[in-house]
Amino acid sequence: MFRLEVRTSTPAWFNLALPLLAIAATLVLCSGLIALAGAGVIDAYGVMFTASLGDSYAITETMVRAAPMIFTGLAVAVAFRAKFWNIGAEGQLLAGAVASCFVGAIPMPGPLAMLLMAVAGAAAGAAVALVPATLRVKFRVDDVVSSLLLNSVIYYALMALIEGPWKDSFSGYPISPPIEDSANFPVLLEGTRLHLGVVVALLAAPLIWFLIVRTTLGFRIRVTGENPEAARYGGINVERVLLSTALLSGALAGLAGVGEVGGVHFQVMSDISPGYGYSGIVVAMLARLNPLGVVPAAIFLAAVMTGAEAMSRATGVPAFLSDVIQGTALLAMLVALLFTAYRIRRVGAAR
Amino acid sequence: MPAPLIEMRGITKRFGAVKANEAVDLSVAPGEILGLLGENGAGKTTLMNVLFGAYAPDAGEILIQGQPVRIASSADALAAGIGMVHQHFHLAPRLTVLENLLIGIPGRSGRIDRAGGLARLAEIGRQHGLTLDPNLPVSALSVGEQQRLEIVKALFRGARLLILDEPTAVLAPTEVDGLFSALRSMAAQGLGIIFISHKLNEVRALTHRCTVLRHGRVAGRVDDPANTTSAAMAQLMCGHEIVPPARGPSTPGAAVLTLDGISTSQHSGTALRDVSLAVRAGEILGIAGVSGNGQRALAEVISGVRLPDAGQMTIAGQKVSGYSPREVQALGLGRIPEDRMTTGLVTNLPLADSMVLPRIGTAAFSSRGLLKPDAIRAFAEAQIKAYDIRCPGPMTRAGALSGGNLQKALLARELAFDPKVLIVSQPTRGLDIGAARFIHEKFLDMRGKGCGIIVIGEDLEELLVLCDRIAVMYEGRIVGTLDSADATVARLGLMMTGAEGHS
Repeated sequence: MFRLEVRTSTPAWFNLALPLLAIAATLVLCSGLIALAGAGVIDAYGVMFTASLGDSYAITETMVRAAPMIFTGLAVAVAFRAKFWNIGAEGQLLAGAVASCFVGAIPMPGPLAMLLMAVAGAAAGAAVALVPATLRVKFRVDDVVSSLLLNSVIYYALMALIEGPWKDSFSGYPISPPIEDSANFPVLLEGTRLHLGVVVALLAAPLIWFLIVRTTLGFRIRVTGENPEAARYGGINVERVLLSTALLSGALAGLAGVGEVGGVHFQVMSDISPGYGYSGIVVAMLARLNPLGVVPAAIFLAAVMTGAEAMSRATGVPAFLSDVIQGTALLAMLVALLFTAYRIRRVGAAR
Repeated sequence: MPAPLIEMRGITKRFGAVKANEAVDLSVAPGEILGLLGENGAGKTTLMNVLFGAYAPDAGEILIQGQPVRIASSADALAAGIGMVHQHFHLAPRLTVLENLLIGIPGRSGRIDRAGGLARLAEIGRQHGLTLDPNLPVSALSVGEQQRLEIVKALFRGARLLILDEPTAVLAPTEVDGLFSALRSMAAQGLGIIFISHKLNEVRALTHRCTVLRHGRVAGRVDDPANTTSAAMAQLMCGHEIVPPARGPSTPGAAVLTLDGISTSQHSGTALRDVSLAVRAGEILGIAGVSGNGQRALAEVISGVRLPDAGQMTIAGQKVSGYSPREVQALGLGRIPEDRMTTGLVTNLPLADSMVLPRIGTAAFSSRGLLKPDAIRAFAEAQIKAYDIRCPGPMTRAGALSGGNLQKALLARELAFDPKVLIVSQPTRGLDIGAARFIHEKFLDMRGKGCGIIVIGEDLEELLVLCDRIAVMYEGRIVGTLDSADATVARLGLMMTGAEGHS
């Protein structure tokens, strides 16, 4: 018989081992579905791997997908550190996309346009995140619910825009007018889609790590998240820290939208994000809320998404498997986190 | 001697390399009250958790009435007739007394047997003087009543052995008497009781026999506690002699903290009503009172976490205007909160973080929004050394430290900045003799250096040893102040009930 017992300490290697364990468990669990779909498990995962990380072009495609998830992953990691439960990265991303697209459509010099797109997108994301945070601080409204529901509000507002006043009159489709060509983010490698925003995302991770670990704001965020009462007693303005965290988190999620507009789609449409905001939650949890861990976690999920399409074409397993893998990975990680607080002990079954 | 009700033989429990219990033998006979003594970290709680099924022992066995049993969960323990009253109560505050009793008790055909429950409750009340209003919600009960409910709950489930983990730590002196008479009545009816406490005078008054643990092993047994001196028992616990600190004469200087007509509104707990007091340099002022009479509000106002509605406060002659932690700290106030774990420290972060938390924004630990990690670490390391805080290092999770070491850490983080006034609530609650002794010495040391100290506490004996003057709070007012030379436990106890006023 086995039972759970409280741990007195957690070994350091757990931080690395747990996500790997969760991913391994996820791949094992999902192999059952691949088999059910009538494909060979090894074949399917093999195709997934080669299509996402097998050659340099595949790697650039995976990185292009990873960029928005690095931003949303950082957004969620920062928020969760303060225990501001921001489930609204998706809506903040969309708001960032819309704002940057507005700015990008105004004729001006390219570098200035890109800078202003980033500023506008970050500001829009921050403004959206401020809503659930203010509701929580002022009226004790549950931030999980309010930030989650706000996603739908933003999504349908975006739909109303591109179906109505903002509809591209030239194409007639429900998409926004494109941004100026000069505002398109430069491509870094000829013949690929690897754009400037990917580099910015990769630089953002160490920057946010520094902010969390080495600044007084980061200290206040960590302390507020772990024990708001001790924080308040220690002279930290807990409400202000929560609002600052929300602004930072929303701005990061908004930048995810900026990258999609400036580097990938150059306009806004209804499916500009295949749920990057929600994937950010999985990324942040796999990274154990460590900003540096967000990068590999985002690349893993991006590889799964990129690879799933190729796998679907090659083996007939529906590409929805990528969503199943994401969901399973989150659940596996949550279970794995149990082992940081508890350990399994065998107790003798016989008297 | 009757056969033991319960017997633990050779219990060993390891956590990694640490042996929390090693070859511990313990037995309780029916009708016997056994005292379980030991310093913090001696293994008392681990041993009781093994008995109550929370931990599986690595070696040893448990016998109930001579029969070996395996207790793998609290459900097993309850079924075996073992009841435990923890320090922190396990009650559902919104449910009534009766509903709390009936939680987890299967009624007939899925229905809750309220009538049967009421009858049993009345019977237990009659037998042991443990009366409770069955229809009151738990949130309306005092701490003492909640404890009574926990005891009744254990009896209700048929406990024949009752474990009480420091039950008197939360009680007023009058409530302690009531608890003791109930425990004696239960023992007279053949129940076995294990009584865990640091307070040796209580152990001597109540128990029939004592088992003393030290470093996880049985350090000794006391067969006649009533006729054994506290000093002898303390020596068994610590392994060396303990001398109470001597409070020499002092010549108090000017007032370093004054409160003038401070009142607060009823926010949570008892409000303050027109409280005036003064602490002088080189003086220790005690605030006595039954918990819940406004001490919390008083500590919060002085600590700068609650804004008073009326009145004035000065620190070192300066008027306090904003009542923020930063302001009172800057004026020279040191603060040690009542609840170390929830208010003082951040248990999940490194100890160093908790040690610099109140002053993280000052030039000592940061500049222009950037932390100074080396300075933070050096500060924590220096304090760990200076105060002999037992831990692997400044990056240890604060929650992994024992209560005594945490209190030392909190003391260190304030005293490092040479406060002119120190406010501290329940300074030694839950600490063992050695750690309490250390804290007391530090206070007397600070007093000698001209610091004014205000100690809020419920342990009157501690206040009498430590304080130059003792003020008594009752229902949010200061009802009187005595020089400790004129004060006795009896007199203070009477004032605490609001019966006598003095000034």
